[in-house]
Amino acid sequence: MGTLLDLLGGLLLVAGTTFLLLGGLGLVRMPDVYNRIQAGTKATTLGTLLTLAGAACLQPGWTIKLGLIGLFLLFTNPLSSQVLARAAHRGGLHPAGVTKVDRLAEDNPRELGPKELGEPS
Amino acid sequence: MVDALILVAAVLAGLAFLLALLRFLLGPGPADRVVAFDGLTIVSVTGIVLAALFADRVIYLDVALVYALLSFLGVIVVARYLERRP
Amino acid sequence: MSKARHTIALFATLFVFWVLLNGTLAPDTLVIGVLVALAIALLFPNSLSALDDLAPLPRVAGAVVRFLAYFIIQLVKANVALAYVVLAPSLPINPGIVKVRTKLKSPVGRLLLANAITLTPGTLSVQLEDEFLYVHWVTVDSDDIEAATASIVAGFEKELEVIYG
Repeated sequence: MGTLLDLLGGLLLVAGTTFLLLGGLGLVRMPDVYNRIQAGTKATTLGTLLTLAGAACLQPGWTIKLGLIGLFLLFTNPLSSQVLARAAHRGGLHPAGVTKVDRLAEDNPRELGPKELGEPS
Repeated sequence: MVDALILVAAVLAGLAFLLALLRFLLGPGPADRVVAFDGLTIVSVTGIVLAALFADRVIYLDVALVYALLSFLGVIVVARYLERRP
Repeated sequence: MSKARHTIALFATLFVFWVLLNGTLAPDTLVIGVLVALAIALLFPNSLSALDDLAPLPRVAGAVVRFLAYFIIQLVKANVALAYVVLAPSLPINPGIVKVRTKLKSPVGRLLLANAITLTPGTLSVQLEDEFLYVHWVTVDSDDIEAATASIVAGFEKELEVIYG
């Protein structure tokens, strides 16, 4: 059991959870749903993958199962974000006031109804 | 040394969990809460993996996998509902 | 891809996952795995699989490796950029939803492209309509369709075009 591998694993765990923390911070600080989804997806995906890699370094026998979890998250994480973003847009949720341009709303004028489903904060 | 690092990681994950929980409570809309819920789940999956390392039990990883699966389905279902398609 | 080949590919994928998850080659586990994987493969003939529309393997291998390498670099970049935005007190964002065009024809190719875009710097696929993708961009450089396509899509498309023909 190489202690160097253990150390690498521990550091990967800390790096991964640091990204999770940044993602959480993004969830709180970002001004609207779409930006929050961005912060949520990216940071949590890399954060979780790093954590799984760290766990694999600490327990090499678990690598296959950890790899499966990673693969699964790699496919489902962006997918659920996209479905959610689309749902928010179809449900009539306007991007926050700072938003420069919204081509989707321009191309589908009927899609965005009155501002009701959660005001952009 | 390694145990200490796992502990640091657990604390960081806990803080991330609290931030996501804050967004969950603040809302303001249902979509924001679902985003926050998604974040909570993924942090929880990491938490379960850390717990598996602490307890040295590989079976916890199956729990993490099923948890991730159910959360994914949950988010998809709620998103479909939010879309309010006819 | 023919229906039969699709079913076989789906069955094989499911079965491999089953074995990896169980972590054992015990006969009873294998029998259950074969039955369940077969049932699912036959019951869901219209599902998507990453193996659909795949170009011949030798041609693909290099592109898959390049795609993954490019993807991982982009994912790390995305997170560093995001960390900068989130930690900066002024929250320097300039968000918008832009429209881009993809040359990819295969549904799986488009799905992977949308997923990759979501995980790369500052972009989130919101909707896919035929060849057009609507992408939420945290820092909009240009809302011109060609410029945005070059900046968001081109890097991934190059490899995915090879992989999914």
